[in-house]
Amino acid sequence: MLEARTAPSRATLVAVPAIAVALTLLCGFLLFTAIGSPPEKVAYAFFVQPFASVGAIGEVLLKTGPLLLVAQGLAIGYRADIWNIGAEGQLIVGAICASVLAIAFETSTSPFLLPAMILAGAAGGAAWAGIAALLRVRFGASEILTTFMLSSVALQLLYFLVTGPLKDPMGFNFPQSVMFGDAALFAPLIPGTRANTSLLMGLAATLVAWVFMARTTAGFRLMVGGLAPAAARYAGFSQTRAIWIGLLAGGACAGLAGVGEVAGPLGMLQRTLSPGYGFAAIIVAFLGGLNPIGIVFAALVMAVIYVGGDYAVVSAGVPNASATILQGFLLVFYLAASLLFTHRIRWRKAAVAEGSAP
Amino acid sequence: MTATLVFILSGMLAAATPMLFAALGESVAERSGVLNLSVEGMMATGAAFAFAVATLSGSHTLGFLAGGTAAALLSLVFAALVLVFHANQVAAGLAIGVLGLGVSAFAGNRFEGAAIAKPPSLDIPGLSDLPVVGPILFSHDAMVYLGILLVPVVALVFTRTKLGLSIRAVGENPEAARAIGTPVLGIRLGCVLFGGFMAGLGGAHLSIAYTALWAEGLVAGRGWIAVALVVFGSWLPFRIALGAYVFGAISLMELSVQGLGLAIPSQLLSASPYIVTILVLAAISRDQTRLRLTRPLSLGKPFRGQA
Repeated sequence: MLEARTAPSRATLVAVPAIAVALTLLCGFLLFTAIGSPPEKVAYAFFVQPFASVGAIGEVLLKTGPLLLVAQGLAIGYRADIWNIGAEGQLIVGAICASVLAIAFETSTSPFLLPAMILAGAAGGAAWAGIAALLRVRFGASEILTTFMLSSVALQLLYFLVTGPLKDPMGFNFPQSVMFGDAALFAPLIPGTRANTSLLMGLAATLVAWVFMARTTAGFRLMVGGLAPAAARYAGFSQTRAIWIGLLAGGACAGLAGVGEVAGPLGMLQRTLSPGYGFAAIIVAFLGGLNPIGIVFAALVMAVIYVGGDYAVVSAGVPNASATILQGFLLVFYLAASLLFTHRIRWRKAAVAEGSAP
Repeated sequence: MTATLVFILSGMLAAATPMLFAALGESVAERSGVLNLSVEGMMATGAAFAFAVATLSGSHTLGFLAGGTAAALLSLVFAALVLVFHANQVAAGLAIGVLGLGVSAFAGNRFEGAAIAKPPSLDIPGLSDLPVVGPILFSHDAMVYLGILLVPVVALVFTRTKLGLSIRAVGENPEAARAIGTPVLGIRLGCVLFGGFMAGLGGAHLSIAYTALWAEGLVAGRGWIAVALVVFGSWLPFRIALGAYVFGAISLMELSVQGLGLAIPSQLLSASPYIVTILVLAAISRDQTRLRLTRPLSLGKPFRGQA
């Protein structure tokens, strides 16, 4: 039935994620109808509504931006076997750093305010991930656990700031900052939608990630370190460097995504900054095959799932958790289908069986 | 001050129990060489199913069984991914973790915010009424004692039985274990399922005994702390238990410090278990030589041999 491939197949690069998406939709559909949601409404919410109006397409693009950014950063680390799973926290810290500038220069109209916020956000996210890098390099502490723990700490830091130092003094005690001035906001991308120019950061990150992974020696070293650690050591590629690059890249991108949220649709710092973009981006990175181009498509698919899920909650009475469960299905099916990267299915019995296995 | 101390010590055993179950189960899976990072999701699934079944049936026992079984089924999917499809264990753990959180939110949707009666505590006449010692040691539900009992049992299985030896052999060197006829994949499957069942019991204790309510996000990082506890305890049951009780105490400090009226931001207290985890992890990982002595050698590596 299954036999090992002798050469990698290009077709699987598209087929594997396509199978994962198809199985996810099928299972999601069965699940939602099983709990009593009208099937035609569920299908309409996921397949039609996200594309049915300019506003809806704008929502899809709005969610594509952060997913794309974070996933590009994470994929760089994942290729080097560096597991940053705390992008959500790095996103929060990036958002906080950018917000501090926006709040401090509340009345500023300077064109440099937004660029400064972008830099601050990237630096903040990178610094937060840098703690995990330092702990891994200096003490050997698993970055999987530290990045996750740090994201929980970041959330509490955010709660502290929006109820204390960064709270709007005139805001009737709501846990949120002042509204940002226009100079601290991204310009709209498509009139009549919430999509804004922060999406360009995601596209820029895609370009940088592609050049880095495909065209630079540093990217090559990182990849070798992930695929064949022994070979990388033998060649003298520094693992310490890979850890730093992998985590800082992921942290900086997540920080940028945080800036995109506060300086985009939110326009202020508040308790809820992201509907789990930092965690969903892990799945986007895998679904895109850890490939910068693949990640663009994966981010779009995930954004449609988010937007479709929102519609399905309203129109078909699907529980709020639908996005989470679909994300779980997506990664499970992707990992299972990944067997096709190394194996192929033979429908008939192999004609030439060399030393047939028992 | 004494009252606070008694409060922390008496609550500590119950607060630690969910993490103890999950960490003990995870340690068994890891000793067989499988790193299952989905503990958080499995605990959430166990918590939700236990709550649903206990509410509908009125039986806590059925609730615990349902929680354990639901999480074990989830771990079966994980086992299929890593043992059959040779998926990367970290990625598979994250996938099942997310799936588990989704499943728990789905299953618990109807019960969001609901409460349930706690299981009876096994009071021992005479002993439970003792001052100080009584509330600390002798006024808990059965699962708290089962958790304590499981610690030496797991330790004995590993040190004194053929099964324990086989599990360790599979975790250290699966090729060698296979060569002497040990069913590597079978052992790993069994250990992963055990880990799943235990994580489910831990989650169940959280929802139907410790907090006695269900809300999405109830597990709140305890599953990840359980994974960290396995490292803290260097894969040894008694040390894992010690770590679990220390973390149980830390999680209670938040409540009691607020009670004392100290001017510490509540968010700092909420973040303290995570901060402590990071610090302890750094301190423990520092001594890599010692960690390497107890870390299962094949941990996280797929076994591709015929089994």
